[in-house]
Amino acid sequence: MEAIVIDNLSKSYGKVKALDNVSFSVRNGELFGLIGPDGAGKTTLFRLLTTLLTPDSGSAKVAGWDVVDDYLAIRSCVGYMPGTFSLYQDLTVEENLNFFAALFGASVRDSYELVEPIYKQIEPFKNRRAGKLSGGMKQKLALSCALIHRPKVLFLDEPTTGVDAVSRSEFWSMLADLKQRGITILVSTPYMDEASLCDRIALCNEGRLLGLDSPHQLVASFQSPLWAIRAKNMYALLEVARRFEGVTECYPFGEFHHLVVTDAFDAEKFARQMNRCDDFVMCEAHPTIEDLFIKLMKR
Amino acid sequence: MRAFIVLLQKEFLQIRRNSFLPKLIIVFPIMVMLLMPLIMTMDVRNVNVALVDQDQSSTSARIASHINASDYLCLSIATTEYPEAMFALERGEVDVIVQVPNRFEQSLMLDSPVKIGITANAVNATKGALGMQYVVQTIAFSLSELTEEAGRTNVSELISIENRFNPTLNYRHYMIPALMIILFILICGFLPALSIVGEKEKGTIEQINVTPVSRLVFTLSKLIPYWIIGMFVLTIAMIVAKLVYGLSPVGNVGLIYLGAALFILVISGFSLTIANLSETMQQTMFVMFFFIMNFMLLSGLLTPVDSMPLWAQNITLFLPPRYFVDILRAVYLKGAGFIDLRSSYCALLLFALFFNFLAIVTYKKRS
Repeated sequence: MEAIVIDNLSKSYGKVKALDNVSFSVRNGELFGLIGPDGAGKTTLFRLLTTLLTPDSGSAKVAGWDVVDDYLAIRSCVGYMPGTFSLYQDLTVEENLNFFAALFGASVRDSYELVEPIYKQIEPFKNRRAGKLSGGMKQKLALSCALIHRPKVLFLDEPTTGVDAVSRSEFWSMLADLKQRGITILVSTPYMDEASLCDRIALCNEGRLLGLDSPHQLVASFQSPLWAIRAKNMYALLEVARRFEGVTECYPFGEFHHLVVTDAFDAEKFARQMNRCDDFVMCEAHPTIEDLFIKLMKR
Repeated sequence: MRAFIVLLQKEFLQIRRNSFLPKLIIVFPIMVMLLMPLIMTMDVRNVNVALVDQDQSSTSARIASHINASDYLCLSIATTEYPEAMFALERGEVDVIVQVPNRFEQSLMLDSPVKIGITANAVNATKGALGMQYVVQTIAFSLSELTEEAGRTNVSELISIENRFNPTLNYRHYMIPALMIILFILICGFLPALSIVGEKEKGTIEQINVTPVSRLVFTLSKLIPYWIIGMFVLTIAMIVAKLVYGLSPVGNVGLIYLGAALFILVISGFSLTIANLSETMQQTMFVMFFFIMNFMLLSGLLTPVDSMPLWAQNITLFLPPRYFVDILRAVYLKGAGFIDLRSSYCALLLFALFFNFLAIVTYKKRS
């Protein structure tokens, strides 16, 4: 069965099309990633699926319920963690958890084994006000509160934005653990490196889907040759490389520039010419989700 | 039901943990009730009088001594030259000029008296009019004393004056119920609105909106805490009025609480509606200020509705505070009963139902 079915969903804010005829579905028990930059429409999609917004056209089903007609049923079976921390900062950790449990008519004791792996990390601070927690701890509390009523589907809107690298990887291992328990998770992130941790991902930009598949398959669909180049003066290198014959794309990528080329590209000639630059290094590179994203976006 | 209880608990916890609100709720009513009645007075005192005595008779001397003896008047200049007095009036040193013309005493005896001239500075209309009235009364009193001594019947003794319900014409007693209403409008009008918009600005309302909590339950959880606080504020204000000004309600205290219970619901429901329709604190505050200005000035809080132009009186019918002003003053000063005020109670009840219905309807869990 499909946990989420989205069918030609559109939503505009005035003249701005936040979502433009988006269709895809998420399988039961899947960890599904929505990957895209700011303004891609990720948050709008989340707000539509959690029944905070109504669509302009199209339809969507969450856990078998329609987002427009059965919105009440959806509210009690999904967990939502918005992009900004939106628990009560003036309540303590424990008070927040009890509060949200009560709003869903659940009790902390019944669901404790589900949230325990996450909650026990912040339990030593259970009497601290939520507003006084660190970023990583806030995020764990928010996840605990979103899980306390045992939702079937979990919506996490950019949960790792603004969180340190260690907390980020901890968070993803928590998600893997929740997936083991059969919870369907839809997670959005602007970080391409997190994409490979999902079962399947959808790449989106400006309200449209650019591609949808498992991270492995998506990367495999990147068929152009790819090179990584580096030199002392990176900016000059970028300028020169972009003008070279057979280069379709050249963009900064970490310490290197990635060079997307066509078959007309002569690597030896390029290396000879570029060797005039100080500390020039050139090697073949393996494409990543980010390379694919840039390629799809430019198309 | 459990959701409702935890929502209420949460609301009270948030109020208690706020560094500012608990102090405001206790200190604000006490301060307003202690200070404002002393300041807000329409009694005119210390009216400075210039006496232009061109008669220099025993009659004019008597007028002068009566002016000096008055609580309200103060004889600051005595002269024989009118221009000198006028100059003082222009400089603002005196408020009223009394001119006793030459041979005034003589003309009194002849039964065809010349007239005493009174000139008042009416820049401050109330002070001018009242000052003039006091001066007229004082002169009339002096003259009636004279006629009495001459063996004729004293005209003023034929009139007996009694001020019902506020025997000493104490403006404070008129203002204290109004101040209580201002407290309700400020505390129970602003706080619920700020609480909702605060949740909007912090984003916490988003988290509530994805829960199955109904609009009714959420709205009630915002109303009831401020309703209880309003009752508490009323109690503080009534205690201060009794202890400091010796003013206790002539009528039934229960009627006051009943009126307040309804009125707080009206004003809180109104403020929740405004908050539901606005996005930010600024919007809420300015819209609330707009309505509160009208409530304060048009509801008979400060100036009686009866003395407004007819069209304005018709507008006041749509302003809920007007009915509570009626109730509070009538119960506090006149000892009116429920039967006398039933139409005002009914009006408040209708407003309460209307605004709270609006508050529930305008609260949208989805946009």
